[in-house]
Amino acid sequence: MSHDRGKLEAIFDRYSRQPESLIAVLQDIQKEYRYLPGPALLETAEALKVPLSKVFSVSTFYNAFSLTPKGETVVRICVGTTCHIRGAKVIQQQIENMLGIKAGETTPDMKFTIEVVACVGACAMAPVVAVNDQFHGGVTVAGLKRLVKKV
Amino acid sequence: MMHIESPKQLAEYRKKCVAEESKYTRKVLVCCGPGCLANGSQKISDEFKRILSSKKIKGFSIEALRDTGCHGYCEQGPLVIIEPDGTFYTHVKVKDVAEIIDETIAGKKVIERLLYCDPDTAKKIEKYSDIPFYSHQTRIAFRNLGRVSQCDINQYIAIGGYQALAKTLADMTPEQVIKEVSASGLRGRGGAGFHAGKKWATCAGIQEKPHYVICNGDEGDPGAFMDRAIMEGDPHSVIEGMIICSYAVGSNQGYIYVREEYPLAVVNLQKAIEQARELGLLGENILGSDHSFDIHVSRGGGAFVCGESSALMKSVAGEVGEPRAKYIRSVVKGLFDKPTVLNNVESLANIPVIIDKGGEWFSKIGTSTSTGTKAFSLVGKVNNSGLIEVPMGTTLREIVYDIGGGIRDGRPFKAVQTGGPSGGCLPESKLDLQVDFDTLTKAGSMMGSGGMIIMDDRTCMVDVAKYFLSFLVDESCGKCVPCREGLYQLHAMTVAVSEGRATEADIEKMEKLSDMIVIGSLCGLGKSGPNPFLSTVMYFRDEYLEHIRNKRCPAGVCRALIQYTINEKCNGCMACITACAHHAITGKKKEPHFINQELCDKCGACYAVCQHDAITIT
Ligand SMILES: Cc1cc2nc3c(=O)[nH]c(=O)nc-3n(C[C@H](O)[C@H](O)[C@H](O)COP(=O)(O)O)c2cc1C
Ligand code: FES
Repeated sequence: MSHDRGKLEAIFDRYSRQPESLIAVLQDIQKEYRYLPGPALLETAEALKVPLSKVFSVSTFYNAFSLTPKGETVVRICVGTTCHIRGAKVIQQQIENMLGIKAGETTPDMKFTIEVVACVGACAMAPVVAVNDQFHGGVTVAGLKRLVKKV
Repeated sequence: MMHIESPKQLAEYRKKCVAEESKYTRKVLVCCGPGCLANGSQKISDEFKRILSSKKIKGFSIEALRDTGCHGYCEQGPLVIIEPDGTFYTHVKVKDVAEIIDETIAGKKVIERLLYCDPDTAKKIEKYSDIPFYSHQTRIAFRNLGRVSQCDINQYIAIGGYQALAKTLADMTPEQVIKEVSASGLRGRGGAGFHAGKKWATCAGIQEKPHYVICNGDEGDPGAFMDRAIMEGDPHSVIEGMIICSYAVGSNQGYIYVREEYPLAVVNLQKAIEQARELGLLGENILGSDHSFDIHVSRGGGAFVCGESSALMKSVAGEVGEPRAKYIRSVVKGLFDKPTVLNNVESLANIPVIIDKGGEWFSKIGTSTSTGTKAFSLVGKVNNSGLIEVPMGTTLREIVYDIGGGIRDGRPFKAVQTGGPSGGCLPESKLDLQVDFDTLTKAGSMMGSGGMIIMDDRTCMVDVAKYFLSFLVDESCGKCVPCREGLYQLHAMTVAVSEGRATEADIEKMEKLSDMIVIGSLCGLGKSGPNPFLSTVMYFRDEYLEHIRNKRCPAGVCRALIQYTINEKCNGCMACITACAHHAITGKKKEPHFINQELCDKCGACYAVCQHDAITIT
């Protein structure tokens, strides 16, 4: 981590090390590393002068944060209400079977992570699956293979 | 860009913007709303850019190509509209772009194939205003969506944007602004329906400073995306509404709290704020007045409870989003314990129009107690999915049938879910109810923020209740016991019903437990959490009893109670065999297949892929 200090410092400075910006700082760290590395939490606590316990409680409260690294490709399955009644469950199971992991897990080779999310705001196209933030609407079981294979 | 110093200068600037806009008689509007984006509209827009940047067409310049916000009719997307004729192209593909350019833009010819086809008359309809989906709507909050580029302040000004702000600062006192908003009868669109004028007046009347204005863009209701469409497609109307509010309540700092799942909304709002700052519409001494105001965009962390006022304010302050008890309302003690006005995106987007046209004008739309219009995301098993806006008081039937075009695949209507996890499901017998705050609440549902999910006979009401409860169990912040433990137990009991393990006495227990959760919970999440259960058990009790007494799920959804079998329609295409991850289906090509019940996991993949209606659920 130590060689990344510059990156962290830049993030802290972006928010003038204000304690109120804790969530924003963690979001930027998460964006940079795609998860929140332990040492970064320690440094955040120090830089913003907030207790480590608070940094930890904020990073575990919000779904946006992850304390474990994610795979290269993140497959996010919408399980919001509309997607649910239009068959998101089958889609989720099929993807889980294809990749051999459950939602919330990452493949051992760090290639794929499956996440579920309650509504991405494209309900008219339900069911929706996002592959690395690229949205796919009207996903079908038959079309899934192509979608996951492509990546 | 110039810095505008007075309302008069703004009027002059507007003239320039109008003149600039009038240069482009023909415009190409590519919908880049949430639905069309998920359907690949960005690629279509890029293709237009690619071709048009190297091709000269008489009377058309590339500046007249616009990526707009959501047009609403997502079902028909990706959409491309050619102005001034209003030619409406549906399901546009990248390969259609060259043809649209040659035929319609250069040649002024309409391409039949891409037009909307009325399912009733089988006639093609050319103009979008003639399509039934649109002709039944009244657009106020969505007024600019689809008309202008997603965030271009000059286009917004050209069509009358920031006019209300100029009027506010030049001609009105804060009291007059509040009076106008009160006269409009505008009630909060975030769900609770609190009178905006009343909230503003309370805040304005408090001596303690500073005051804050927050826009609630958390839109946590899964199944709703109206606020997303406004924030992405017309951010300036939210910003203008906030500045007017800040003047009325005497605030110099505002926040927009945006849901973490909406990254594009964050980008567009930030762009729009930057543009407004450059022109002097945000910042110190706006339009030369004494009023100063600026806005900060705060990103949420993906927690549903953060849509709740006190939790949201904690989150903006960088803390864990746990609600607090409301002995003192947040308008008195809100963000950083200071007086704070919190309004929803759609509420604020209505404000400029109210100031422009007057509160009385607004109050005449809708019903006497719920004025104006309401935006809904009409989704689920309905033919025309999309975003709609109708006057309050429109009946559910008009929404589902006249605008929504009825139920998909000709199946029967079963229920409409409104209000998200805090709302409920209304049956067919309630379809003639008028949609307004009070009627929906009385019927056991809730207006909520505007998700409207249509369900057909293949949706199980026990499953829907189970779904929402599991969502709420996940999202409960855990601070108070009735919500944390109560919803958990209620969920476990719906699971038991769905698996045929419950007794009839359990239903009564669940109702009692619900009452306790409603009374005892700290915030709205818990207080309204049992609604999805209560409304379904009230209107669909028979369906619950069927699960309990006969161990049957009539909709064919609850896994423990159903069986998939293959019927005589099977032509042996092998699709289900390939789809089945449990190797439960056997059979040869062109010979009937067979499902081994021992191996079947009842995931429904075979049912989903079968093109021949050959899978029966019993
Ligand atoms: C659990 C919970 C979630 C909420 N989520 C939202 C939301 O996502 N968006 C919203 O505008 N209001 C939401 N609200 C309502 C807000 O607390 C608040 O009433 C509203 O933002 C006030 O603005 P309005 O008066 O303009 O509606 C939620 C309330 C509760 C209890
Ligand atoms: S429910 Fe899946 S996008 Fe809204």
